[in-house]
Amino acid sequence: MIPPAFEYLRPNTIPEAITLLRQHVEDAKILSGGQSLIPMMKLRIARPGYLIDINRISGLSYIKEEGGFLKIGGLTREAELEASPLIRSKYPILIDTAHVIADPQVRNLATVAGNLAHGDPANDHPATMLALGAQVVATGSGGERVIPIEEFFLSLFSTALQPDEILTEIRVPVPPPRSGGAYFKLERKVGDFATAAVAAQVTLDANSVVQKVGIGLTNVGPTPIQAKKAEDLLRGKKLDEASIRQAAQLAADEAQPSSDLRGPAEYKKGLIKELAKRALARAAERAGT
Amino acid sequence: MAKKQLVSVKVNGREREAAVEPRLLLVHFIRESLQLTGTHIGCDTSHCGACTVVLNGKTVKSCTMFAVQADGAEILTVEGLASASGQLHALQEGFKQEHGLQCGFCTPGMLMSSYALLRNNPNPSEEEIRRGISGNLCRCTGYQNIVGAVQYAAAKMAKPGNEASVAEGVAK
Repeated sequence: MIPPAFEYLRPNTIPEAITLLRQHVEDAKILSGGQSLIPMMKLRIARPGYLIDINRISGLSYIKEEGGFLKIGGLTREAELEASPLIRSKYPILIDTAHVIADPQVRNLATVAGNLAHGDPANDHPATMLALGAQVVATGSGGERVIPIEEFFLSLFSTALQPDEILTEIRVPVPPPRSGGAYFKLERKVGDFATAAVAAQVTLDANSVVQKVGIGLTNVGPTPIQAKKAEDLLRGKKLDEASIRQAAQLAADEAQPSSDLRGPAEYKKGLIKELAKRALARAAERAGT
Repeated sequence: MAKKQLVSVKVNGREREAAVEPRLLLVHFIRESLQLTGTHIGCDTSHCGACTVVLNGKTVKSCTMFAVQADGAEILTVEGLASASGQLHALQEGFKQEHGLQCGFCTPGMLMSSYALLRNNPNPSEEEIRRGISGNLCRCTGYQNIVGAVQYAAAKMAKPGNEASVAEGVAK
């Protein structure tokens, strides 16, 4: 499949990239990993006139803790996330997530930021970042602004990024002690989008009472879904089998799946319930209860 | 039509260049501009991995990358695995000895994924091998013999005096 013709632009700095974005604002797309964009161009679902390749911009690929946040650079690849000792030891929910995204070749190119900026509710990091209460840094001609993740996903393939902005960093608040998280996904085969998936992150006190909780749902609505009712139920409550069961039911109620080749809507709601149970139980285990 | 751009790459140790349209996919560049047809086009939708090549040490699906993005890169394709004298790479020998292929269509991609796997992890477990080739589909073998082929190569390369064999491909 041959994509439509486009002009290829390769800036070396972020300001250069933003200038190019402004020049071609109606008709440009940022090319980072390209693992969603290029297939969409081949299918001619996306037809940008200009591709602005940011892969040669230096200093955008990093994973570090700084100022109370885990910071992931705009060009950090999924494979780098998987290989990072920091992520492996402290953020197993991100390992769970990266492991089930596409396949090794795709993860060598695909970026974490692109997984969010694409605005696809079937992508995996959105639910995880919702559970983690992340923020994204958008850099545009007016400088940087920080967007809370719960305000980022507007509708299918549409995010809070302005046409002249680039997602340059993801910030995850460093979890307090006794925190844990997990991501559970059901896929038909390696590389497939989720039939449904659930991300859960909890912080507990010494008596297993929930201090903080985040629950995100993948591919069961027009946007990634934050299961707020389930979160509200758990906050201040002891995390045990009964409360997990109740929260999982609420998460299933909050899902808005549609029936498709991956299964009927009712089945997907059932899946959310089961996956939420498992994700919360694993999160509790990892929090050290 | 967009203006053609010059793309220079080092493929299997040789400097090559061609002027191409930006929309030319890397796999077409490799097969048509460079006439290296060992890299296959399978699904063309980023699923099957038949087009896998090693780019700057990492496997990529060359159907899901533009040739212009690879400008300046070092690429290893299946043609670069055997030695200049024609001696098969341990992996190629493994696929032959262990019947790791039937129709052979997926084999170039399987070889490149296995090659990258063994470079990072010379002694992978069966699970690690299966994970390493999880981006490559085979519709003939049921994967069992492919796993066996990779194990064969890992064992052969672990023998003293054979360490060089896996690096040979990029070196030449």
